[in-house]
Amino acid sequence: MTSWSAVVGSQCLSLHQGHLPTCLCVFQRMPAPIRLRELIRTIRTARTQAEEREMIQKECAAIRSSFREEDNTYRCRNVAKLLYMHMLGYPAHFGQLECLKLIASQKFTDKRIGYLGAMLLLDERQDVHLLMTNCIKNDLNHSTQYVQGLALCTLGCMGSSEMCRDLAGEVEKLLKTSNSYLRKKAALCAVHVIRKVPELMEMFLPATKNLLSEKNHGVLHTSVVLLTEMCERSPDMLSHFRKLVPQLVRILKNLIMSGYSPEHDVSGISDPFLQVRILRLLRILGRSDDDSSEAMNDILAQVATNTETSKNVGNAILYETVLTIMDIKSESGLRVLAINILGRFLLNNDKNIRYVALTSLLKTVQTDHNAVQRHRSTIVDCLKDLDVSIKRRAMELSFALVNGNNIRGMMKELLYFLDSCDPEFKADCASGVFLAAEKYAPSKRWHIDTIMRVLTTAGSYVRDDSVPNLIQLITNSVEMHAYTVQRLYKALLDDISQQPLVQVSSWCIGEYGDLLVSGQCEEEEPIQVTEDEVLDVLEGLLLSNLSTPVTRGYSLTAIMKLSTRFSSVNRIKKVVSVYGSSIDVELQQRAVEYNALFKKYDHMRPALLERMPIMEKTASNGPTEIVQTNGETEPSVPDTKHPPLVTQPANQANDLLDLLGGNDVVPVIQTTLPTKPASAGGELLDLLGDLSLSGGPAPAPVPSVPVSQPPFLLDGLSSQPLFTDIAAVIPPMTAYNKNGLKIEFTFERANPNPNIAVITIHATNTTEADMTEFVFQAAVPKTFQLQLLSPSSNIVPALNQGSITQIIRVLNPQKQQLRMRVKLTYTHKGLPVQDLAEVNNFPPQSWQ
Amino acid sequence: MVITMRFMLLFSRQGKLRLQKWYTATAERDKKKMVRELMQVVLARKPKMCSFLEWRDLKIVYKRYASLYFCCAVEEQDNELITLEVIHRFVELLDKYFGSVCELDIIFNFEKAYFILDEFLMGGEIQDTSKKSVLKAIEQADLLQEEDESPRSVLEEMGLA
Repeated sequence: MTSWSAVVGSQCLSLHQGHLPTCLCVFQRMPAPIRLRELIRTIRTARTQAEEREMIQKECAAIRSSFREEDNTYRCRNVAKLLYMHMLGYPAHFGQLECLKLIASQKFTDKRIGYLGAMLLLDERQDVHLLMTNCIKNDLNHSTQYVQGLALCTLGCMGSSEMCRDLAGEVEKLLKTSNSYLRKKAALCAVHVIRKVPELMEMFLPATKNLLSEKNHGVLHTSVVLLTEMCERSPDMLSHFRKLVPQLVRILKNLIMSGYSPEHDVSGISDPFLQVRILRLLRILGRSDDDSSEAMNDILAQVATNTETSKNVGNAILYETVLTIMDIKSESGLRVLAINILGRFLLNNDKNIRYVALTSLLKTVQTDHNAVQRHRSTIVDCLKDLDVSIKRRAMELSFALVNGNNIRGMMKELLYFLDSCDPEFKADCASGVFLAAEKYAPSKRWHIDTIMRVLTTAGSYVRDDSVPNLIQLITNSVEMHAYTVQRLYKALLDDISQQPLVQVSSWCIGEYGDLLVSGQCEEEEPIQVTEDEVLDVLEGLLLSNLSTPVTRGYSLTAIMKLSTRFSSVNRIKKVVSVYGSSIDVELQQRAVEYNALFKKYDHMRPALLERMPIMEKTASNGPTEIVQTNGETEPSVPDTKHPPLVTQPANQANDLLDLLGGNDVVPVIQTTLPTKPASAGGELLDLLGDLSLSGGPAPAPVPSVPVSQPPFLLDGLSSQPLFTDIAAVIPPMTAYNKNGLKIEFTFERANPNPNIAVITIHATNTTEADMTEFVFQAAVPKTFQLQLLSPSSNIVPALNQGSITQIIRVLNPQKQQLRMRVKLTYTHKGLPVQDLAEVNNFPPQSWQ
Repeated sequence: MVITMRFMLLFSRQGKLRLQKWYTATAERDKKKMVRELMQVVLARKPKMCSFLEWRDLKIVYKRYASLYFCCAVEEQDNELITLEVIHRFVELLDKYFGSVCELDIIFNFEKAYFILDEFLMGGEIQDTSKKSVLKAIEQADLLQEEDESPRSVLEEMGLA
């Protein structure tokens, strides 16, 4: 590897450290630039960054002047040095044109460095690169194949679309050559051309004709890559090349069956790279085609069973085989074989192989669920792996495998994982646990316990929407209220730092504090706690600097609610008045308004602070069916189809039943869920006191107390996007039209729950007198659930000058035909009017 | 749906870049940023961890040979195990060429390392699966280079012959 350079100049000997024997000081020229290796050695002696920079700058200056002199002899050396300095991170753009000059040179050395420089310093963003095109064109037709190779390589690595367009013809020519050295390179170059300029794909088609008949593995390999590229990009090409399946199968078979071939052997396997590429092409060809898939069945089974698995290379082939089997239309036996291979991978000592297995199983768990279930215990073991990527995949896969049968066991493992995993996993894991618990909880008690476990161990990582979801769950688990509040209270005593836990606990104590002090818990030993102790805890939350403003809001409201449940009202009054001057505006406002409740509106306080009724699950919470019980004995569960309305006086319900007749209607929940204090006091009074079905007039000034409930209540009703994207436009309909009163229904689908239809009623009045005290009521058959939100007003102005709108939400899980009975009451020209009607003309799209 | 190697990097444990081959057009500034970030991520990995990691929208396959990390960025759907084999094949080629290759060989002969890489891969794909074939081509090219630089007589140098 010795190379001799001619040297001139009087300084030469010292610079070149005696490499060269003679030197004649005939010409006074600049000393020859130092050699590459010298420069590298020198730079490496630098002890500081500054020293290195100085050396580099000095050398760059020398190189620059050398370039200016247009010195052909040393250009190559200088560019090489520049490339080295570029790799160290220093700018080298002034060498770009020099690379082009090198490429144009006749010397092979120059071309080699020139093309390398071009690939490192230039790219298609700089117009300069186009200057290469002509050189490359010439070099593609050079007499030396290594020069042609350089050109093909450069074009194939960095050719821009313009260059590719200009030179595609040359590449295509070379694709047809009999020189296998050039042919293989031309194939990969063509791949690049096609990636850059897909329209040019057609022109390479003829040249692909007998590519697979090649014996040379290099050509075979690159040809398969080219064919793969073409098939992936064009469905036409794909159909065209399907006929190659038998040939590909044959080649693959030969590779497996053939004896030892030293040239292509890797750990006893013959050309694994080619095998993998062929398998990948087969995958694409067999993908949606039964015939092709069948034609490759045997060879896939053969590869799957015969490949040596002791080394990574064998497993690489097996992996590709599995991917192919799962993607094509393979017979079930083959699929089971594939999954079993993945199962074996899971037991492999090599963590790379375990990783790859988990990734694949995650992809197939939806389609081959049962087969993957068989490997569940191995997958769960991977939760304990040290590698982060493996743990993550194992977690995702575990959640995918949870079902009604294995929920208890799986949850134990997943909760253990939650305890000990890295923070980056906790949020996802907690969400996954909640979701799984919601779907498959064997009992309400188990469900609450699981939630408690998550809140207490990973409480700071749960997502914000967990709080309202959990509150809703707890509210609906009526018989567990005492148990829940007790457990949450105890948790608070231990730790008040985890905000979601604190918020849920505060809310519960506010709601069920009476159960707590009366020691009513059945599930476990009831604790003895006094009202003062409870208030101490809640006040502690208000004062603690661990509590966020939101948490403080929860605590204050909870304390307020207890004023109707506890007897120590005076203490509560004191707390509330203190916070009337809190710096926190939110807290201050609440306190002031609660104060008002104590003073001026004390008569309303009990009603406003009453117990919350069962809430319908909002669409975003997934299945609206409440928990499947899996056959476990439960304490008497109220029939979930008739949510017991704790606050709904029984006689109102009966009235409706009587009124609407028949046994097939369900008493309607004709209210907004009482927010306390409600944002518009009207409907609350309707619900509680006023049984007259003519609907109460808007009551005397009600303080517009801000909603202090957890935001989700409103989220579920008005701020929840009820008018989100309409997947299918459902035509509106006229539900009622009589005596000048017309009621139209318009529809939306609640997003994302398609079982809920959101109907907006529009009531208009064509008569010359207003219809006042207007109340709309509705009832639906048993299989439906209905929710009526508050109307926009209760006056339908005369002569179509305006309308009343009101929203109805109908849950129709069984997708039955929607029917409704409506009752309308209003006052018109001083006389009360009442009417009943059946609405049966719902458009099919509203309930299908 | 293109299965492609986006780039390959070689770097030392001290975070010094020894080779970078980019198979997609990327701005110089972005390259520097990505290299810096990726080196940090890979160097932070513990020995017990697997050779694959997710980074940005790519899969990184890396392996350490003595003091050098060989790092490839591939598209999501690629077969990571075969990429490990590709890396290994490259190391074998270097080893055969330099004779028990070590980091210093690659430092002082970086351009040769590039030549070998460019004879082995093009656009991120293998050109030839035969070790012998690749090494032979390099050998022949080296010979061509030597013919270029064959010693000239002093008189020839002076332009007098």
